[in-house]
Amino acid sequence: MNIDLPLIFAALMGISILAYVVLDGYDLGVGMLMPAATPDEQNLMVASIGPFWDANETWLVLGIGLLLVAFPKAHGVVLGELYLPVAVMLIGLMFRGVAFEFRMKALGWHAELWNWLFWFGSFVASLAQGFMLGRYITGFEPGAGYWLFAFIVGGSVCGGYVLLGATWLVLRTEGELQKKAYAWAKWGLLWVALGVALVSIATPLASSTVYDKWFDFPRTLWLMILPAASLAAGVWVWRSLRPGIADWKPFAGTVAIYVLAFLGLAYSIFPYVVVDRMTIWDAASHDSALEFMLWGAAIVLPCIAGYTVFSYRVFRGKVREALYE
Amino acid sequence: MDAAEALLLARAQFGLNIAFHILFPSLTIALAWFLVYFRVRYERSRDPAWLATYKLWIKVFALSFAMGVVSGIVMSFQFGTNWPGFMNKVGNIAGPLLAYEVLTAFFLEATFLGVMLFGMNRVPAWLHILSTVIVAVGTSLSAFWILALNSWMHTPAGHIMVGDVLIAGDWLQVIFNPSFPYRITHMLLASGLTASFVIAGLSAWRLLRAPVDDSAMKTLRAAVLVAAVLAPVQIYVGDLHGLNTLEHQPAKIAAIEAIWETEKGAPLVLFAIPNEKERRNDYAIEIPKGAALILKHDAEAELKGLNEFEPDRPPVAPLFFGFRLMVGIGVGMLALAWFGAWRLRRGGPLPRPLLWIFAAFTFSGWIATLAGWIVTEVGRQPWLVTGILRTKDAVGHISGAQLGASLTGYVLTAPKTLSATSPARSSARASPVTC
Repeated sequence: MNIDLPLIFAALMGISILAYVVLDGYDLGVGMLMPAATPDEQNLMVASIGPFWDANETWLVLGIGLLLVAFPKAHGVVLGELYLPVAVMLIGLMFRGVAFEFRMKALGWHAELWNWLFWFGSFVASLAQGFMLGRYITGFEPGAGYWLFAFIVGGSVCGGYVLLGATWLVLRTEGELQKKAYAWAKWGLLWVALGVALVSIATPLASSTVYDKWFDFPRTLWLMILPAASLAAGVWVWRSLRPGIADWKPFAGTVAIYVLAFLGLAYSIFPYVVVDRMTIWDAASHDSALEFMLWGAAIVLPCIAGYTVFSYRVFRGKVREALYE
Repeated sequence: MDAAEALLLARAQFGLNIAFHILFPSLTIALAWFLVYFRVRYERSRDPAWLATYKLWIKVFALSFAMGVVSGIVMSFQFGTNWPGFMNKVGNIAGPLLAYEVLTAFFLEATFLGVMLFGMNRVPAWLHILSTVIVAVGTSLSAFWILALNSWMHTPAGHIMVGDVLIAGDWLQVIFNPSFPYRITHMLLASGLTASFVIAGLSAWRLLRAPVDDSAMKTLRAAVLVAAVLAPVQIYVGDLHGLNTLEHQPAKIAAIEAIWETEKGAPLVLFAIPNEKERRNDYAIEIPKGAALILKHDAEAELKGLNEFEPDRPPVAPLFFGFRLMVGIGVGMLALAWFGAWRLRRGGPLPRPLLWIFAAFTFSGWIATLAGWIVTEVGRQPWLVTGILRTKDAVGHISGAQLGASLTGYVLTAPKTLSATSPARSSARASPVTC
């Protein structure tokens, strides 16, 4: 066969990671917003993500799984470099998963403890994910400046997830809670704007590879479509953050920002899977393995998309009661 | 860092996590099918007792499933971080099998779990039942792929060597490798027994607290009857699995039976303290010619001893004791399930001592499953993939400090998550009306 299997799998992996970031992003964001809500509101917030969070996290397994099985050489390097933040993220996700189930059953100070752990797990996992992204795009360069940069990206990702979570709540709730969600979303959006601006300026400075890709006239002019579109989407989200505008608009606009940021990142990194060290073709598995998986992916991924849509349709509309009524 | 130290830490971390992880799938695989049964019984009878049962166990399922997911995510990272040599050498075979598990099973389970848990009032009954069935199919599919990979590591087949890595020559041979049919059946039955005894045990516990509890009684009956059917089948399948192992991994059997030297008419060692230094069994209690009879169905047959495999053989003690623990619990399960089934058929309330015994057996399936996995996995050593890759050649180059730090983190997290059984207990305490 003459198709470029590593390229297809790089695209599939990218899509999985984007799907993960958007989907688990909103439920991590909801988790981080918990301390700002009253106990009754917290129950509604958890109910709004209840049917979905398991499936959302599965996209992480698929994304990392594809890195492992399609680009095994890169998996070793990337996860070796990111060993500790990965461990921190996993511990955060574990706390969160357990707290999610337990907070509904515990009483008194136990419930408070689980609520707190739910928040803490969400926050730690988000921060660690952003930190990993920061380390990844700078090619794991050593040095204090690069670590600081990674922490800034970590903070920005937290802001981004808060924005996703808040706009998700705008979509799924009503009344007082929705009003709060509008305010949270505005804070989140400001935070994201600051983060995106910082990262966009810092990344080309931190990495000459990225610099060369973006600052190459006249291509730069075309590329400016991406930041311009992001800015437009941001403004659009800001303007739709008030009652009277369709509830889905803020969330859709936020997803658009994520897709644009993802395209920008993908463009910055391609064709590397480990920046400056390893291209997707260097790292790919044997064609026999990729071909066997491609069959499965081609048959199964449309089914997954289908029943994911089905599940979101079943649970559409505003949440009005806590889980396990 | 010392290579031996890295190997030890990588092993300790992966071993702890995988042992923790297997607790949850070994329960959920079969519990999902129990849920299908409870759900259908409710639909047919409209009896609130069955609804209460369904609603109670669906929560235990959700919790165990979530635990399985988070500990499974940890594992998907550890494959690469702790055992990079594994993916380098056999990634072209292991990778696609894992990918198929994620694609065909994980999404199916996770998505329909949402419908099953929270959709009862939102979708028609048939669709809700279908969602429950799909979750059960998903958990079993998951077991299919993971056991295919694990069996392949024990009895590799269908691969081709290209340079110094392996690729698949024939995927059907890779998946349906020689030990796969036995291992998957053994594991599915183990899950069936684990779930049966967890359900029976917690139901017995509920009955001890509130003797007139229709829901608990119905659940107990269903679980005991399933256990009574599965226990003898499991013992038969386990025997077939053992004979298959004798054919493909004789060193493992020699260690299980503690046969140090090849001999004709080897005895069955019921109990002993295997002495690795002196290569003999201390304080042995034996049945003459027993091992030869069981394994070869011939009292005078020759069984290969560990001497034939030196130095590539597993340690004796964990296999010897692990196997006896597993078999002992299996026999205990058979006796208890049959006695319980006989008492249930006679009718009337079960005597309290019997309920106490069922309660004591609640987690027997977990212990037997762990013991069995330790036997089969330690029994493959020093190989990670039999004849192809040694465990020590697969370990990575993560620093000892990093491994140690993350190991500490996981160890601190795990007990928290292991208290996962407490809501099951607290739900069991609540009256069926509230759950």
